[in-house]
Amino acid sequence: MSQKPLPTPEQARYQQLIKEMEPPARYTANALWAFFSGGLVCVIGQFFIDLYAAILHLPPVEASNPAVATMIMLGAILTAFGVFDRLARYAGAGLAVPVTGFANSMVSAALEYKQEGFIQGIGSKIFILSGSVITYGVVTAFFVGLIHALLKR
Amino acid sequence: MRIIWSTYLAAFLVGGLICLAGQVIYDRTKLTMGHILTGMVILGGILGGLGLYDPLIKFAGGGASMPIISFGNSLAKGAISEAGKTGPIGILTGMFELTSTGITAAIIFGFLAAIVCRSKG
Amino acid sequence: MATPPIVIATGTTVGPFEGQSPLAKDFDLIAGDLTLGQASFELAERELMNSACLKAMQKAKRTEKDIDLFIAGDLLNQIITSGFNASLLGLPFFGVYGACSTSMAGLGLGAMLIDGGFIGTALTATSSHYSAAERQYRYPTEYGNQRRPYGQWTVTGAGAALLTTQGKGPRVTHVTVGKMTDFGVKDPLNMGAAMAPAAADTMLRHFADTKRMPEDYDLIVTGDLGEFGAEILRRWIKETGGLELGIRYKDCGAMIYDRVKYPQVASGGSGCGCSAVVVFGHLFREMERGRYRRILVIATGAMHSPTSVMQKQTIPCIAHAVAFEFP
Repeated sequence: MSQKPLPTPEQARYQQLIKEMEPPARYTANALWAFFSGGLVCVIGQFFIDLYAAILHLPPVEASNPAVATMIMLGAILTAFGVFDRLARYAGAGLAVPVTGFANSMVSAALEYKQEGFIQGIGSKIFILSGSVITYGVVTAFFVGLIHALLKR
Repeated sequence: MRIIWSTYLAAFLVGGLICLAGQVIYDRTKLTMGHILTGMVILGGILGGLGLYDPLIKFAGGGASMPIISFGNSLAKGAISEAGKTGPIGILTGMFELTSTGITAAIIFGFLAAIVCRSKG
Repeated sequence: MATPPIVIATGTTVGPFEGQSPLAKDFDLIAGDLTLGQASFELAERELMNSACLKAMQKAKRTEKDIDLFIAGDLLNQIITSGFNASLLGLPFFGVYGACSTSMAGLGLGAMLIDGGFIGTALTATSSHYSAAERQYRYPTEYGNQRRPYGQWTVTGAGAALLTTQGKGPRVTHVTVGKMTDFGVKDPLNMGAAMAPAAADTMLRHFADTKRMPEDYDLIVTGDLGEFGAEILRRWIKETGGLELGIRYKDCGAMIYDRVKYPQVASGGSGCGCSAVVVFGHLFREMERGRYRRILVIATGAMHSPTSVMQKQTIPCIAHAVAFEFP
């Protein structure tokens, strides 16, 4: 194993300098944008839950499934038309944290790798960003499920 | 169609706060959005295992079921409920029971979008 | 240089967004569309470089027959843009990689080979394309990612310069080859901070070697540190070299975009094309117009790859300095 060289005094001083000079993110503006856009996305989601509960005669818990699919479709359409990335410059986490962000990560990857063909492009690259969410979600759920199954005995 | 305005208010506040939390972590740390979303899914899985997330969905509706935390919660719940019925093998069969809508929809729309459109750059 | 080679012609092509640049009138060709009518962004970048090369040759009234060597580099994996262009031109070819410092790496090499008497005429070129670079280094372009305030925007553009022994144009008087410097910056989105010490190191060595001072130049420009990186450079060079750069120092990345009108560019432009189009397009024309007589260009490059960054390696950087003089 290569040893990690200690930073020289010059390097340490430089790191300190760039930390001092780093322009701050627009914390307040970003936070407000994320809160209001995220809230709005969830309100739209709630509207679809109510809509599907009414027209499909479903209990609200089950109506959230088609509502999620609808929100994913909206995220996909916005991405396909090149609008999502522009909105997300402002909305930030407000669009990324709801399922719209999940849709965006998959649709943007599929679009981007279209040129590499159906198999090595779209097919294998579609999960390039969302893969880690699915992987760690499944790993967590597996152990949670295992613990539950063991405790039940 | 029955609209309960207090649910909408709760959805707005809870959903907004979850997104706000993601934004604050993004701005205050060097983590990428991918790191934060993965963390949220893991959190959702754990909360789901403890049975703490469903009460929030009951309270805030879309405010809790739209954010990605709910994806982790649904994965865990699918695994747990199927394991309850068929034993440990149910963890494998039930994993995607509740989340298949989201994953399938995203794959299908991603595929269709890639056929019809191209990246605008 | 004993007999300074002369840049007799340059060609610059930029994308539509760079067409909104405050410097746009000094670029030769402005594409109407990011794809340049091609099927992919990689093909578009190839087209960008090709058009810049042809423009430079056309302006100098030279053809492929008059050129001895083509030196080019770009950002895409295995410098494919340069390779394909060399094949289109059918010229003897050296591919160079210096990340965003490639513009001056190629031009400096060409100048040295001419000054050494090995070749008579060299064509050097470099290019970058926002969408092609973005998808190689970062995320798919349609992915909704929020840029950090110190982030930078890859310039879509290509610049070519034709160097020879006789003619009219800016003369290449000095080349200072950069050393790799590594100050332990790991964040690939913070390239200005990673590259500033490399620029400072090359600048100080250039002044020591040539016994010149910043005052000897009408303008000193760095390649693509961006607004934030340029500020760091000012502070750092004052601290380590005791030099006050003052108003004669500028940065191509900070110059190319109107950062107030387009806040999404964050700290400014980056990429091989950034210093190439600003220097070959804008600054050489300013020299012709008599605004500057002697300039020092320090093109900076961050020599990382997506793999090295993911494996948590630091970002080593390089900067090449070339001094130009208009007689």
